[in-house]
Amino acid sequence: MSGFLEIRGLSARLAGTGQRLLRAVDISLPAGSVRGLVGESGAGKSMIGKAVLGVLPKAVEIVEGEILLDGQDLLKVPPAERRRLIGAKAALIPQDPLTALNPSRRIGPQITDRLVDILGWEKARAASRALEVLAEVSIPEPERVMRLYPHELSGGMRQRILIASAFAAEPKLIVADEPTTALDVTVQKQILKLISALQARHGTALLFVTHDLGVVSKVCDTLSVLYAGKVVEDTTVERFFAAPQHPYSRALLAATPRHTDPAASLQPVPQAVIDAAMAEIAAADAAWSAHG
Amino acid sequence: MTLLRLILERLLTTLITLFGVAVIVFVVIRVVPGNPIAMMLPPGATDADIDRLKALYGLDKSIAQQFLIWFGNVLHGDFGTSITTRQPVLSLVLDRLPATLELSVMALVIAVVIGVTLAILGTRLRGHRAEAGIDVANGIGLSVPDFLWGLALILLFGVIWPVFQISGRVSPRLELPFTSQFYLFESILRLRFDLTADLLSHMFMPALALALPLAAIISQLLKQSLKETVNLDYSVLARTKGYSETRVILSEALPNSILPTLTLVGVQFTFLIGGTIIVERLFSYEGLGNMAIDAVVNRDLPLIQGIVILFAILFTFVNLTVDMTYAVLNPKLRHA
Repeated sequence: MSGFLEIRGLSARLAGTGQRLLRAVDISLPAGSVRGLVGESGAGKSMIGKAVLGVLPKAVEIVEGEILLDGQDLLKVPPAERRRLIGAKAALIPQDPLTALNPSRRIGPQITDRLVDILGWEKARAASRALEVLAEVSIPEPERVMRLYPHELSGGMRQRILIASAFAAEPKLIVADEPTTALDVTVQKQILKLISALQARHGTALLFVTHDLGVVSKVCDTLSVLYAGKVVEDTTVERFFAAPQHPYSRALLAATPRHTDPAASLQPVPQAVIDAAMAEIAAADAAWSAHG
Repeated sequence: MTLLRLILERLLTTLITLFGVAVIVFVVIRVVPGNPIAMMLPPGATDADIDRLKALYGLDKSIAQQFLIWFGNVLHGDFGTSITTRQPVLSLVLDRLPATLELSVMALVIAVVIGVTLAILGTRLRGHRAEAGIDVANGIGLSVPDFLWGLALILLFGVIWPVFQISGRVSPRLELPFTSQFYLFESILRLRFDLTADLLSHMFMPALALALPLAAIISQLLKQSLKETVNLDYSVLARTKGYSETRVILSEALPNSILPTLTLVGVQFTFLIGGTIIVERLFSYEGLGNMAIDAVVNRDLPLIQGIVILFAILFTFVNLTVDMTYAVLNPKLRHA
């Protein structure tokens, strides 16, 4: 079975130092399903999202691998065409709603720009579509909101607008990059529910980047656990929470706070587990270097 | 409402500033050595002649008394009479002002066009070798003062490859149908593009000389700001929507980077106006700056005072304009 998004053997490194950032990452995401990408900071989960959307920092160099979006290898098409392809078929829900909207542009054009400029819609049709998606994310008075500037809206409102904007072009894939991290706890839940509901209604494939296993259990079907740029476990959500296979996954799960006994449940990842994981990665690197 | 209050507040402080400027200039030009009487009398004049002339021009009174008389007249719109030309200072100065305004605005336009273009180009080409070339050009622009640019341009476009006029404001043999002193503006209104061409040919080099240092400042500052802005979240989001790098710079980054640059351009524009004094002299351009140098050389005290006051008004007006533009362009201030 091949997914709408298919990442095969993706390896990346830092251009200057040659430090390995991604190690032969395989990820498959069938149309309409939700995959969580979890791991600690620096594990490379955000980087995979950026690679899919073609916005890797210049210092990051893809060494080998394929990123197939709807069957087309993004790494093989010329840059201008790749941008258009990504703009038409994929979208990003960014992490921080306070910085992801342009402060000097009104809300309306920031939703309709992709529809008009990239997809070639008529302006009137794009505007009515924008009103439609704003209503769908429960923005009151969408006509008025379209004329406002970002600073006139709260963080939660702005994240709703960014979600509406992501769904506006009916993309087949959405990358959500820690979409609730920057929000108040009370708003987090609503936003999570909203993304989940929209995903289900539109049948969008969702790549959900997060460090929060609680979020994964609520939203995702499958998940990939990343450590040091390597997928150490690729499994379904049920199987992961029932019986995680990799020692690092088990440690990660043990480190998640629980309501029943908060103090006891906060366990740092044991050094032995980290050492073992690093040894595993070093061995894989050595094998990779030998064959390369 | 806030805009109106801003303007009123600034007008009040402007008046206080102008009074201070008037006092300082009045005292300084009377304390420094050299006086107009010595310039007017032929060699061998007696002390009695000197005293008589001093009394005639009121220069025998104390500086405080002189100032009170002068200031009283100014309040009635009388800035005195030029000692060298014996014409009213106000009409002399207002006659020359349009020439300097046209030159300064032209220089500003050139500086903004060159500066913004280089900044956008430099941001687009960041990381490439061409960016280093733009940085070098900026460095040269910043380190060479306007009058040296003037000399270099005279050599280049006046001597080696003589395509532009190097002297004056307009060719002397031309008949001018103008009713105002805004020659360039009026030539366009009257559709006399032959005259426009002649005026531009005279104005080009002094304007460019004034513009180059400012262009370098604009370019450097704007590029720095753009390079930060193109990495912000909303620029990255725009890239995922399918926009090209150029489009991201122009429609996402530029509107946010232009505001901080604008404040600086305002301050720098007043320096540019100050630069017209030497540059106008260099190109024999008949503006206020050229007249200022003549006035200083001849110790024409009333004329110097008039010119300095006018420059001070010009500077405060430019600053007020910048503040107002800033308030209008910044959505956060506009809705406050």
